[in-house]
Amino acid sequence: MADSAKLVVIGAGPGGYAAAFLAADLDLDVVLVDPEENPGGVCLYRGCIPSKALLHVAKLIDEADHAADWGVAFGKPTIDVDRLRGFKDRVVSKLTGGLGQLTKQRKVRHIRGTARFTDANRLELDLVDGGTDTLDFEHAIVATGSHPTAIPGFPESERILDSTGGLDLAGVPKKLLVVGGGYIGLELGSVYAALGSKVTMVEMTDGLLPGVDRDLVRPLQKRLEKACEEILLSTKVVAIKEQKAGLKVTLEGDDLDKPDRTYDTVLVAVGRRPNSSDLGLENTAAVVDEQGFITVDERLRTAQPNVFAIGDVVGQPMLAHKASHEARVAVETIAGHKVAFEPACIPAVVFTDPEVAWCGLTETEAKERGIDVQVARFPWAASGRAMTLDRDDGVTKLIIDPETERILGVGLTGAGAGELIAEGVLAVEMAALASDLKLSIHPHPTLSETMMEAAEVFFGQSTHVYRPKRAKKAKTS
Amino acid sequence: MTMGAPVEELKLPELGENIESVEVTAVMIAVGDQVERDQPVIEVETEKASLEVPAPAAGKITELLVSKGDQITVGQVILRIETGAGETAEVAEPKAVAAGGTAEAAPQPTAAPPLPEQDDAPVVSFPAKHKPKIGRAVPAAPSARALARQLGVDINEVPGQGPGGRISREDVKAYVKSIVQSGGGAAPSGPGTAPTLPDFSQWGEIEREPLTNIRRATAANMANAWTTVPHVTQFDRADITQLESMRKRFNQRPEAEGRKMTVTAILIKLVASALKQFPKFNSSLDLAGDSIVLKKYVNIGVAVDTPRGLLVPVIRDAAVKNVVQIAAELNDLAGRARDKKLKPDEMRGATFTVTNLGGLGTTYFSPIVAWPEVAILGVGRAEQVAIWGNGRFEPRLIIPLSLSYDHRLIDGADAARFLRWTAEALEQPLLLLLED
Repeated sequence: MADSAKLVVIGAGPGGYAAAFLAADLDLDVVLVDPEENPGGVCLYRGCIPSKALLHVAKLIDEADHAADWGVAFGKPTIDVDRLRGFKDRVVSKLTGGLGQLTKQRKVRHIRGTARFTDANRLELDLVDGGTDTLDFEHAIVATGSHPTAIPGFPESERILDSTGGLDLAGVPKKLLVVGGGYIGLELGSVYAALGSKVTMVEMTDGLLPGVDRDLVRPLQKRLEKACEEILLSTKVVAIKEQKAGLKVTLEGDDLDKPDRTYDTVLVAVGRRPNSSDLGLENTAAVVDEQGFITVDERLRTAQPNVFAIGDVVGQPMLAHKASHEARVAVETIAGHKVAFEPACIPAVVFTDPEVAWCGLTETEAKERGIDVQVARFPWAASGRAMTLDRDDGVTKLIIDPETERILGVGLTGAGAGELIAEGVLAVEMAALASDLKLSIHPHPTLSETMMEAAEVFFGQSTHVYRPKRAKKAKTS
Repeated sequence: MTMGAPVEELKLPELGENIESVEVTAVMIAVGDQVERDQPVIEVETEKASLEVPAPAAGKITELLVSKGDQITVGQVILRIETGAGETAEVAEPKAVAAGGTAEAAPQPTAAPPLPEQDDAPVVSFPAKHKPKIGRAVPAAPSARALARQLGVDINEVPGQGPGGRISREDVKAYVKSIVQSGGGAAPSGPGTAPTLPDFSQWGEIEREPLTNIRRATAANMANAWTTVPHVTQFDRADITQLESMRKRFNQRPEAEGRKMTVTAILIKLVASALKQFPKFNSSLDLAGDSIVLKKYVNIGVAVDTPRGLLVPVIRDAAVKNVVQIAAELNDLAGRARDKKLKPDEMRGATFTVTNLGGLGTTYFSPIVAWPEVAILGVGRAEQVAIWGNGRFEPRLIIPLSLSYDHRLIDGADAARFLRWTAEALEQPLLLLLED
């Protein structure tokens, strides 16, 4: 007879394990299906966490180099790739091991394998140890995540890596081509540039981080231009040929002096695709759209009422924190609570140096959608704290509703922007007004003051920036 | 194994704001029946109206999940229809199992109460690609949004009292309270607390009859109006001898065929004109907002006696309709009220109510104001009365009028002026031509 469960969660990434843990906390009988030994998913094994460990080291290398300007010279770093990889792997195994512990403590049944729906109440399991099994369930949560998009037509080669391969850190290539100027390409490109690779970045559109406000990208682009060999915008890779000397890459773009170049390694980071095929969803009523995302309602319920889906597999943005929040909504719905996925904003962070972070409405989006907003910018050149770090290449901006003075969005570029954006999230979620930020005392000297001062800029009253309001719109609060 | 025949689910659709559950009053089909798209399959009764729910598609009914007398909630699955030709019932079986319940496919005796498959959150019809509304979401903290959802109210409807219109948890609670007090459907509580009744059977035989939805709503609404509104009723009478003879003459004309003038229709028209003259009677009192809400539209509610109880359909924009139009519309609304065919929306948005008990032979009475309206006009039966005029007693047709009003907003003198104006308009309708 088949095994059975009240709830089965398929996939143990930050969406899946959060769902399974909460379900256990709510006393639901829950099974977690995932091939890895411990929960973690892409985020912990092949994404957020290992890349952050490497970016931390990259930043250290940069700062050590920079320190010469401050009178402290360390000399050229010696890089032991094996030990660096070891550090990254230890971080990963410690975190995933911890999750394994939490799984046991909560008595979540973890089945190592992959699952496929045979109908709306039964899964067929392909077990890691070999063999198959079936599992009957009342409710299921699909949290199978996404995988890196491959570019069709590129040859099979050990020297062509996706983000997973890039994070494996097999070595440090002399010459690296990064295809894709999105956040993954920029983060990994930065790591390799710091480790000593000569990095060329190729982006198909006319700017790095497509879709992000240009004033946020500009300080990052400036720094990357120094760190990288070349940044080629409006450029495409049309062919790659494997040769003895390396990979011969043919580029196509407007201002290319020579289209054919040779690289030791090519890193492809051109987006991610949802893992929705091979799940047997066609055996349920669940609907998958043309892009492969599973269609869900605001409670993360698919068209098959007892099957839910969360995380990368249901749509953009593909971010771990979105997945784990959705996990809560799905599980609480199953437990009978009246909840919905209704955030006012989902923050995004690019962990380059400087970091870029934003939440809520962006200036670009406001323009596209014809929303009337007022933008208040505070340049970090006016921040004392930024000066002490010798990092005034930053900006803090607020997107404000001129009518209610409510903060609709926040954008940040600069050192530590990823941490600072949390205040912006709270402001947007709480429907804070510009005056709320202005009147909240921020500690001095910190980078967080830039949030308060940006709000002061809105009222034409920033202490450290002289930018009076035009008389017509003068405001006090 | 793949899904077999395409199966359509019929879920209880949204029937109007604040309506979350209804009673199934009739089931017109049975499992195995072949139905056409849009064919009525069940009838449900809300607090105020009956509605027929149509089939979403043509096909064969494979499952019927409700029966007469059930209380069902918005979004609940009513039945399943196998659409498309040629498939057998067996192919659809996995679907039936999915619904939570049969045979060996679900060997879980402990699974007794299936986890709730729906709550009363608005139903999203598939395929509904859900995108969070980022950008200009409602100005409310996540905790306030969550509370609204728990209490079953739409956060977008809640008036925010904070800076920039921010909605606090207190605003959500206050809003829910106002709905409960107005007897609205979203009230999560049961009927109001009542003092304990004695055991009547100790004095003789009794019989209990369950409250209908209409009675329950009426009880709540009346109790609320009675406790909220300090009532005063003022009485007056109007001589409608002339009006009545005009009315009769009109109704005998050939062009009146099928479009009769009625006393109630004339009254509605005159009251609508009166409301234009006395806008305060067409307003609501907003103590929380420290203001009077003056409505630029005139919608007259008309109390209709039905076998199931009192219903109040609304004649919209009565001020800009002529008497014959109003008569025809009223005839239609009243007929459908009696046939349980009124839509909930047809009973909302009144700014003033007219209740005519003349047909039953009464004279004066004190009607209860239909809060949040501020006044109601009661009409009794017109009678021939000997009136002294022109040096002698003359038989005149006199109609009794009773105006109840909210004394918080309307002073006695206002009411006297309003009622007199109305009475005079009834006596000399030509005077209306002089008004603008």
